[in-house]
Amino acid sequence: MPEATFLDSTELVLNMGPQHPSTHGVLRVILKLDGEKVLGTDCVIGYLHRGVEKVGENRTWAQFNPYVDRLDYVAAVSNSLAYCLAVEKLLSAEIPVRAQAVRVILTELNRIGSHLLWLGTHALDIGAITPVFYCFREREESLKILEKYCGARLTTHAFRIGGLEYETYDGFEREVLAFCDMFLPKVDEYEELLTNNRIWVGRLQNVGVLPGDECKEYGVTGPVLRAAGVKWDIRKAVPYSGYEKYDFEVPTRENGDTYDRYIVRMQEMRQATRIIRQAVEGLTAGPIFGKVPKVIKPPAGEAYVSIEAPKGELGFYVVSDGGPQPYRVRVRPPSFINLQALDRMVRGLLIADVVAVIGTLDIVLGEVDR
Amino acid sequence: MMPPLLRKVLLVDLFAGLRVTFRSQNPKNIYTEQYPAERPKVAERYRGAPRLLKDENGKTLCNACGACALACPEQLIVVGSIRNAETKKKELTTYTFDLSRCMFCGMCQEACPSDAIKLTQDFELATYSREGLIWDRQMLEDGPKPKQYKC
Repeated sequence: MPEATFLDSTELVLNMGPQHPSTHGVLRVILKLDGEKVLGTDCVIGYLHRGVEKVGENRTWAQFNPYVDRLDYVAAVSNSLAYCLAVEKLLSAEIPVRAQAVRVILTELNRIGSHLLWLGTHALDIGAITPVFYCFREREESLKILEKYCGARLTTHAFRIGGLEYETYDGFEREVLAFCDMFLPKVDEYEELLTNNRIWVGRLQNVGVLPGDECKEYGVTGPVLRAAGVKWDIRKAVPYSGYEKYDFEVPTRENGDTYDRYIVRMQEMRQATRIIRQAVEGLTAGPIFGKVPKVIKPPAGEAYVSIEAPKGELGFYVVSDGGPQPYRVRVRPPSFINLQALDRMVRGLLIADVVAVIGTLDIVLGEVDR
Repeated sequence: MMPPLLRKVLLVDLFAGLRVTFRSQNPKNIYTEQYPAERPKVAERYRGAPRLLKDENGKTLCNACGACALACPEQLIVVGSIRNAETKKKELTTYTFDLSRCMFCGMCQEACPSDAIKLTQDFELATYSREGLIWDRQMLEDGPKPKQYKC
């Protein structure tokens, strides 16, 4: 037998995470490597498991609402909206028009904040340090509006079952419109930094390709699906909270690689600004709370409501036995289901690309582990 | 669009990025807060440290109904009361608020019928021990007094 050379390298198993900064939280990925080529991955999740679904069974319907914000803590408002919509469907409650419009404004503001955080950290993973500072600067403005409206920046507890707790503050419309005016040129600024940048394009194009039909097989939703050419947006397909009234486009791309997902999210931020502007301009005076009893006891039954969260389809399946507490709350988190596709996407790539693919999936571990 | 080779030679991408950087160099646009010296002004509705409010005569507004303790998702509020023999009304004796478990959802202040408990704008809550976060009635009425450093 000839002596072993460096060419006969054996398989190497390498742990990435759970403390690795590029795994966006406490995700542990076990990489099977041949040199630097990835042969396969195993995801170990559960480091942030708090048993949120079980907590729901031990709280009243209204008390569970603040816990929901802790799932996808980057876009807490979306979680709250989905949960409230699900319980309201159980109660068959009507939500006033004004409450619906304010909900849309806040959700879209939070979508912008979530995409900005994604863009900053994703660019940081790739090696572009500058965008993160600009992204956080603009995200701060959107968080300031949230803080002024409901008193918290991250875990907002903005909505209640039946409508809103807080009326908008003085100058809300003006500040939101000023944010829209300020924000659109900033998106151009980010694009100026990144879109045509040679290193950025070289690192992202044809990395982590996931074609549209495979996306559907995995159940992947959100910008990842739309970047693969599937025009599926729940805001258009099953409108909720009055989204049918707003005129906006669903941006799609064809290739389904990391670069396309970047472009789709940039376009989504522009569309979100468009929706906010329409919602603010159409804001009418009126009640903000629907006819919902003080002690919420939905009739026995079940309901599933899904919304288009920044990361994909966020669904809440709630079951009631007629009592004051949920019988079961099941969350369908977009990050958890999108994460399944990681193994398929990174096979054959290099370690540095794994970081890019995890970034592009835009996962939040609070939502993956629940 | 310039041919790729020319873009490479003339470092177009580099200068496009640097232009954005230098556009943000104006000292007027500095965002950093000099925290201990200059305290941020949080929003009016900010949900920070709880406070048990008193009326202008120094009498507590709380009528010991216990609605806050019922509304709290973490069940961290304990309201103690005795029944006044003369007026046949409940009177507040103790009020314990375990801040170490509080998630500042604001459900106690929404449930309060007499607006006695309120989450205020105080946000400096660090203590040296977990026990320091369990606030009694005295602490809740006086409010936290964080040490102010001169810079």
